[in-house]
Amino acid sequence: MTVGLTHYLVLSAFLFTLGILAVATRRNAILMLMGVELILNAANINLVAFSRFQAMNLDGHVAAVFVIILAAAEAAVALAIVLQIYRQHQTVNADTIDTLKE
Amino acid sequence: MSYPDVLFYVFAALAAVSALVVVFARNVVYAAFSLLFTFLGVAGIYVLLHADFLAVAQIMIYIGGILVLLIFGVMLTTRVTNVDLPGGVLKTMPATIVSGILLGTLLRLVTRASWFVEPELPSPEGTTAAIGDRLVTTHLLPFEVAGILLLVTIMGAALIARTNGRRRDA
Repeated sequence: MTVGLTHYLVLSAFLFTLGILAVATRRNAILMLMGVELILNAANINLVAFSRFQAMNLDGHVAAVFVIILAAAEAAVALAIVLQIYRQHQTVNADTIDTLKE
Repeated sequence: MSYPDVLFYVFAALAAVSALVVVFARNVVYAAFSLLFTFLGVAGIYVLLHADFLAVAQIMIYIGGILVLLIFGVMLTTRVTNVDLPGGVLKTMPATIVSGILLGTLLRLVTRASWFVEPELPSPEGTTAAIGDRLVTTHLLPFEVAGILLLVTIMGAALIARTNGRRRDA
């Protein structure tokens, strides 16, 4: 069976689900960020795969470049916030940081 | 099975298995290093899709930038032997069930739909020049906005991560 568009979409769906699962079940804030990176990578695979199998339309590649830019920006700001949280609470466990609930 | 097809399965297995480790590893450091192999596998997938520029960008930005940042974050916020305790079966079970349903739905959708697939058009001279052309012609506005976004991000991250918010003499 030769590798076609469906193979790439299946791989992307698998990575996307794993990313969702990581964000939902992990309690460490940095591991949740890793889940977000997995989700963005899955989306990028979709964009590039569709671009490849629609006569190499490079608009998909440009969209993927913007996704990578946003991922970098998101990681930088989120890690800055996580570091501040660690300074305040000495933990990055999302379950124990509940100051706003009280 | 042709040679690129074998490579696809190799890279897909690399990405999928290491992503599983990212999600299920108890040790935070293992998860962070496993993410490296996920990114490498995805870069290989890009190469197989003739996206040479994106493959290099993936390695440079994700592995050289984001992953280093994440590992710094891990090392600054956790003890090396620290394990991430999951929130108990009661909390992880609903998430697992919902993720399973989501995966099933996506797989069904992806495999059943009859996608519009054009006859392939290999591009012998690479994609970098064409992407550059598009960035400064048809996608100029998003390109400029992305530049402003990165500037704001640099300032915001530096401001947030600063140790002491106010200067004593001011």
